[in-house]
Amino acid sequence: MNPEMKKIIEEKINSAAVFLFMKGTPEDPQCGFSAQVVSILNDLGIEFDSFDVLSDENLRQAIKEYANWPTIPQLYVNGKFIGGCDIVRELAASGELMELVVK
Amino acid sequence: MLNRIRQKLEAAFPGAKVQIADTSAGHETHNSSGAHLAVSITYQGFAGKSLLEQHQMVYAVLKEEMKEQVHALKIKTRTE
Repeated sequence: MNPEMKKIIEEKINSAAVFLFMKGTPEDPQCGFSAQVVSILNDLGIEFDSFDVLSDENLRQAIKEYANWPTIPQLYVNGKFIGGCDIVRELAASGELMELVVK
Repeated sequence: MLNRIRQKLEAAFPGAKVQIADTSAGHETHNSSGAHLAVSITYQGFAGKSLLEQHQMVYAVLKEEMKEQVHALKIKTRTE
């Protein structure tokens, strides 16, 4: 991956304790999976920043490579990749997501 | 496509129990980008790996499919 793109990604994921790459915005998600993650974070009262990958096709492809993860949404906590919708849901249900966030 | 995906997963994870379903119905509005599938895999080799690593192992096997044919893959992994 080109270093410029890597830098852009790392700036984003480190810009907030909890950062979500999603389709659309938290107020207007453009995909059911992104909507689910937003809803889980909101239900737990977890504050997060997000980026709409539909606004940047190059970044959208680059984050898949960066995280070794082929789909969107992608959740980061403290700069570390956590997973997509299924993992976020399982971690939320087990209480582990909250633990990661308050750590 | 379902059979081919099942064969790939069974070949990659020897002895695994693989269930796969096409859940595309209900997603017609954005079906142009590929199928919605759900897989459930029970595989001893997942033991000791994090959930993230387990899902990455599944995605690695289906790398080609994820590029074009599959829009979303719901994954459930178990060790036993």
